[in-house]
Amino acid sequence: MTTPMQTNSDNGSQNTPVIEISDLKVRYGDSPALNGISFDVYQNEILGIIGPAQSGKTTLLKVINRTLELTPDTTVEGSVKLDGVDIRTIGDVYGLRRRIGMVLPLPVGLPLSIYDNVAFAPRTAGIRAKSELDEIVERCLQQAALWDEVKDRLDSLGTKLSGGQQQRLTIARALSHQPEILCLDEFSIAVDPVTTMRIEEVLKTLQTEMTILLVTNLVQQAKRLANRTAFFLNGDLIEIDTTDVIFSENPSNQATYDYVNGTFG
Amino acid sequence: MNILRKKSTANLPFSETAIELFIRLCGISSIIFVFGIFFFVFREGAGFLFGGLDLGQFLTSVEWQPTSLNNKRYGAFALIVGTFSVTVLAMCIAVPFGLGAAIFVSEFCSPKLREAFKIIIELLAAIPSVVWGFIGLTLMNQLIITVFKAPIGLTMLNGGIMLALMSVPIIVSIAEDALKAVPDSYREAAEALGATRWQVTYRVLLPAAKNGLLAAVLLGAARSIGETMAVLMATGHSVNIPSGPLSWIRTLTATIAAELGEVARGDEHYQVLFIIGILLFTITFVVNLIADLVIKGIRQEQ
Ligand SMILES: Nc1ncnc2c1ncn2[C@@H]1O[C@H](COP(=O)(O)OP(=O)(O)OP(=O)(O)O)[C@@H](O)[C@H]1O
Ligand SMILES: [Mg+2]
Repeated sequence: MTTPMQTNSDNGSQNTPVIEISDLKVRYGDSPALNGISFDVYQNEILGIIGPAQSGKTTLLKVINRTLELTPDTTVEGSVKLDGVDIRTIGDVYGLRRRIGMVLPLPVGLPLSIYDNVAFAPRTAGIRAKSELDEIVERCLQQAALWDEVKDRLDSLGTKLSGGQQQRLTIARALSHQPEILCLDEFSIAVDPVTTMRIEEVLKTLQTEMTILLVTNLVQQAKRLANRTAFFLNGDLIEIDTTDVIFSENPSNQATYDYVNGTFG
Repeated sequence: MNILRKKSTANLPFSETAIELFIRLCGISSIIFVFGIFFFVFREGAGFLFGGLDLGQFLTSVEWQPTSLNNKRYGAFALIVGTFSVTVLAMCIAVPFGLGAAIFVSEFCSPKLREAFKIIIELLAAIPSVVWGFIGLTLMNQLIITVFKAPIGLTMLNGGIMLALMSVPIIVSIAEDALKAVPDSYREAAEALGATRWQVTYRVLLPAAKNGLLAAVLLGAARSIGETMAVLMATGHSVNIPSGPLSWIRTLTATIAAELGEVARGDEHYQVLFIIGILLFTITFVVNLIADLVIKGIRQEQ
């Protein structure tokens, strides 16, 4: 709601690609999910990814943090480079996953305390010192705008929080390993509008520190937040451009116009 | 249309009531059976329990001489110790193996291997206890004699291993169900945080499934306490306070099984055997109660 048009255009460092995707093809068994897509993601931008159901948005995120490998019988062709390095050549896949924060559609508070939820990734990465963990937990909960609500009950179960609080907890958790890239997959599905707005404010602040991939089913959310927006349809990247162009009267593809204006299908 | 509707409204309540009544009867009958068994066992032993039996001696004395002509003693302490020691030993073996196998089957092995494992585990569960007793009597007996240079291999260790082999399938299948019941979203979330398979397992899955895992262990223990034939055959069946795994022992269950056929119905010895039955009943009741309380405690904590 606050000055979205400005954030859309005032990003100066758009020319360093953090992620370079070229000719990415993904299949689940025999059925294709992505049919050869190519685009770059720039440093410190918010890239909105929109598209109807089944268009391959979630699959794209899973390729980037290599959790797709956990689904049996999947094939990936083409390349995804992170800071110029093909992610498939990275030996330490766990380290790679910690360079990317992932927020899933339904908030999954792990069945651990609030504190342990946020300290989970730092601990798996080998951080043991209590003071250091305390500091990380507080910083991440602050960043996710949840600290004030939970600071007195860090020991209670994360699964006991409300849906909106749990989603902010998962954001705090995704930030706990100081990712270079934050991926959010339809984070507002289980969150009320007020919390959604709060999280959107959080994302705008985080943008200064990291690159954000925002998959969203609310096209207006992309319009509010994203610097550039990509439109996916049935495993194809139909169009990627600055949000202003995508949401203008004349994007280069008619399907984009129809989808964005709700006249699609 | 109208007729149809009338018919169904007239029929439905009847079939509904019949089904409900049937289900209710099934439920009530299980309660009746439990109480019936307890009542029968209690009635057979009650006469001596309240008139004549020295309960202090029964619970603390190691002298079990029910057939002695002039010095009858009914001290079940050694039998109680026998039952507990062999169960504890069995659990020491079965819990790590059982939980380990459950974790492996549910989290680490391929779907094909998992099917094979499940079939093997079901086969293991289907082996009758007398077969285990036979294996204890022959194979394990020889093995213990050779490995430990023991004079005789029919010992607490032998019985414990047999009981462990019998409880492992129960522990594995219940623990595996408990792990499988943990939502996949937990696994995905933890893996996205850069956790390895093993970190996902011990940081997330084990805490999430702890109720089910505890139930698995307790049901395994209950199986061991109640098991009769295998311990009768494999433990040496001699009244003795064990000094180590290589001592022979005798359990409560085996005593009932071995002696009930030789006593005259209604005499003291017969009644004492039923009092042992009451004791076993009480022990399993307490184990179940503890299990309930522990599980409730865990729930409240959450
Ligand atoms: N685990 C899976 N096994 C088989 N096919 C899958 C799997 N996950 C996704 N797919 C298929 O891949 C295609 C892309 O799915 P994906 O989840 O990436 O779409 P999406 O754009 O995220 O959709 P949504 O908006 O519904 O979340 C779909 O056709 C889907 O059916
Ligand atoms: Mg999706």
